[in-house]
Amino acid sequence: MIEIRWHGRGGQGAKTAALLLAEVAFKIGKNAQGFPEYGPERMGAPITAYDRISDTPIRVHSNIYDPDYVVVVDESLIDSIDVTAGLKEDGAIIVNSPRDKAEVEAQIRAKGYNGRVYTIDARHISIHTLGRYFPNSPMLAAVVKVSGFIDENVFLENMEASYKHKFAKKPEVIAGNMEALRMALRELK
Amino acid sequence: MEENKRRVQLSGNEAVATALRQINPDVFPAFPITPSTEIPQYFSNYVANGLVDTEFIPVESEHSSMSAAIGASAAGARSLTATSSCGLALMWEELHVAASNRLPLALALVCRALSGPININCDHSDSMGARDCGWIQIYAEDNQEAYDNMVQAFRISEHADVRLPIMICQDGFITSHAVMDMELLPDKAVKDFVGEYEPERYLLNENGTMALGPYAITDYYMEARRAQAQGILNAKKVILDVARDFEKISGRKYGLFEEYRMEDAEFAMVLIGSAAGTAKDAVDKMRESGKKVGLIKIRVFRPFPAEELAAALSKVRGIAIMDRSESFSGNGGPIGGELTQALYHARCKAFTVNYMYGLGGRDLQVIHVEEIFEELMALAATDDPKNSVSYRYVGLRDVADPDHKQISYLCKPENSEQA
Repeated sequence: MIEIRWHGRGGQGAKTAALLLAEVAFKIGKNAQGFPEYGPERMGAPITAYDRISDTPIRVHSNIYDPDYVVVVDESLIDSIDVTAGLKEDGAIIVNSPRDKAEVEAQIRAKGYNGRVYTIDARHISIHTLGRYFPNSPMLAAVVKVSGFIDENVFLENMEASYKHKFAKKPEVIAGNMEALRMALRELK
Repeated sequence: MEENKRRVQLSGNEAVATALRQINPDVFPAFPITPSTEIPQYFSNYVANGLVDTEFIPVESEHSSMSAAIGASAAGARSLTATSSCGLALMWEELHVAASNRLPLALALVCRALSGPININCDHSDSMGARDCGWIQIYAEDNQEAYDNMVQAFRISEHADVRLPIMICQDGFITSHAVMDMELLPDKAVKDFVGEYEPERYLLNENGTMALGPYAITDYYMEARRAQAQGILNAKKVILDVARDFEKISGRKYGLFEEYRMEDAEFAMVLIGSAAGTAKDAVDKMRESGKKVGLIKIRVFRPFPAEELAAALSKVRGIAIMDRSESFSGNGGPIGGELTQALYHARCKAFTVNYMYGLGGRDLQVIHVEEIFEELMALAATDDPKNSVSYRYVGLRDVADPDHKQISYLCKPENSEQA
């Protein structure tokens, strides 16, 4: 079982990204759960979302306290929330940040986490490929690459089918989203 | 493709909305409230896209949505609504009207705490608060069960021996907003299973007049209540019959409750809803280390399967009875009260502890369930009734125990000497 915890702020799409990841896992035949944990219901408030991905049926309904991976969609949360709480040392944390990786890594190390640290500049990728800031696609690609539970090409094929279905009435955004995924797979540091 | 069962990944809300699309009810009045809002939201899309020909009525309050559902049912239509928490509380008066008029209709309830403090997360204060309104209540552990229960709802509610409204309950956010793998039945299989609604007596029947909601004083009120009670008494058999038919089209078996690893269990946990899934993982873990534990997940709370539960628990030494809503009786929660009554009538001598957990969405983890079992075993070993009659709160932020050395805390008066 792979367990993933997402940290974001309301309105940034962390919940949607978690549900998309569960969908990707489901499509390749895994059992998967994706769910949000809401605090105050307002834009900008910290929210947490979770994924469980397993080869066997999932029955547990609690939140995730010892994740294999943590995804930080909004790096301003690193100082206000214990984002590495319970994170496994042989797991990894992925931070959405334009900063130098060394700087982010130092910030995470200062919190006492010694596992792997990755950064991805989802804003840059999103603006470049979609013209607007939608961090979902780049963050999704980053977590797929780091966790390695699915082959990258299989992932891209599945996402293309998902986007074609999801954006049936807006086909012009499919290419941009696909490019965002590919760029994120290349640019993850 | 359409006629095959389909593996899908849906949230609990979309699962229930999908069941309703397949049922295609006549009338669906609705007012939004978190976390049930998505059910009418998805459904209104089906209406707009012509997938159903239901009369969808956006109304101005939950009192009105239930009133409209009642009116539609009285007129002879298959109707339902959805709500949560304070929305159900606002329906309180109408819930009784629906049941006492013996009107079949359904309510998709997404369980959420009641105020206060204001809280949007899951507990069972709403449904348990309505437990004496005369409605049938069926609960789900996961999205599959929420869907399956919704498909079975109208067959139970409309049955001539029952004719009572039915509440299909699932846990707010925990299942309603979580996507999980599940299986959908083909549209036609659901339509055929649910069938056409052909009410025997209804207000818009031009060939027969009837009165609904009449006045009855000391002369007949009590007889009416007794007749209504018969509907609930009859419901148990109907629920099981419908479940048997449902198994034929789905392969999934349902009863009044589910027994999990109870064959040789010495200690059992009894609970309702999504926490049962978490508790099953705990039971498996404890079984691996040789502990004889099992669990019973209550599916049908109204009617309450008293004799059946007592029989299933007749051989255990200790029972942790888990309540996800406060009764403020000073004597535990609703499941605690009703189950211990059932055990008493059956002369069952098991040692019981009534636990209060998960209020306002407080998370229940696998480790908590293990600790509750361990505590239950320790308390049962004392064989001291004072450890059994009181009730305990799980996982409190207790200032006297900041490190959470204890899994639960005894509830007692402040002037009590009781330890």
